[in-house]
Amino acid sequence: MKENNNFRMGLRDGLPICLGYFSVSFAFGIMAVSSGLSVAEAVLISLFNLTSAGQLAALPIIASAGSLIELALTQLIINLRYSLMSVSLSQRMSDSVRLGDRFAVSFANTDEIFAIAVSKELPVGRKYLYGLMILPIVGWSGGTLFGAIAGNLLHELIVSALGIAIYAMFIAIVVPVVRTDKNTALCVLLSVALSCLFAFLPALRAVPSGFVIIICAVVASALFAFLCPVPDEREEVAENA
Amino acid sequence: MLNFTPSFFLYLLVMAGVTYLVRMLPMVLFRRKIENRYIRSFLYYMPYSVLSVMTVPAIFYSTGHITSAAVGFLAALILALKRKSLITVAAFAAIAVLLAEIAIVYIPVAII
Repeated sequence: MKENNNFRMGLRDGLPICLGYFSVSFAFGIMAVSSGLSVAEAVLISLFNLTSAGQLAALPIIASAGSLIELALTQLIINLRYSLMSVSLSQRMSDSVRLGDRFAVSFANTDEIFAIAVSKELPVGRKYLYGLMILPIVGWSGGTLFGAIAGNLLHELIVSALGIAIYAMFIAIVVPVVRTDKNTALCVLLSVALSCLFAFLPALRAVPSGFVIIICAVVASALFAFLCPVPDEREEVAENA
Repeated sequence: MLNFTPSFFLYLLVMAGVTYLVRMLPMVLFRRKIENRYIRSFLYYMPYSVLSVMTVPAIFYSTGHITSAAVGFLAALILALKRKSLITVAAFAAIAVLLAEIAIVYIPVAII
């Protein structure tokens, strides 16, 4: 079975994610400390969760000593997209990935690591995946540490500018695919339109952000899967052979 | 700085536990290739849809000012269209926001 199973290639692909995470988690570290957490608490949250949206949503709950149920439900809803990504990545992993590897690799299945792993032409192997996840984990925790320590030394304009980093990274993942595939472009347009509907229609504004992500993404993806199903890989191989 | 609130570890456990289970269970349970064309197509579109839903309109409220955020959004869009790397797009979007904010704060002209 042909596969992409080079540890160093994984490291190389992980480096830009690591640098991007560093700047984003730097901002998270600043916010965590300003909401009352200690530096060590902020770093532990980043080390064990490795998720931007979920961690951001958790800060006010922890700071206000909210209920554990509320925290669990918020994390479940905001992070539910990862379960879909895990199923999807599962389809792109080669036979070298064993059951034990899945327990480890799934821990680091973030939006960006997922997007890079599934964008590879060949199925990804265990060594590649381990290489890919190491630097982003270091960058995410390290950035939180530096942000938590140095955050209040920085000018507020720099802090404000860092706020856009994670969204710019999302754009960098989506736009190249949108350029080459018309159906994905239309699906992205529909997703954005639905998202704006939830943000600006008064009747829909009360829907929690985690639910908005799930509803919009499921509706748009399901509609396009039905209208424009992607070609079967085996058919493609047969045609190219 | 290195202190912990006693209840913190409970919060950390719940938070990390839920996040890990959400990622781990599907990857461990769904090990066979999915044959159904519609389910595979759904899983293909979903991540791009999730990321775009999370980005728009939230990106316009991610900085100190909606105008500077719009400048950063445009910078990111143009660089992504040119297929620049993740870090390049993120860094230059932040720099564009910074320049725009400096302009907004220090140039005493009313910008909506």
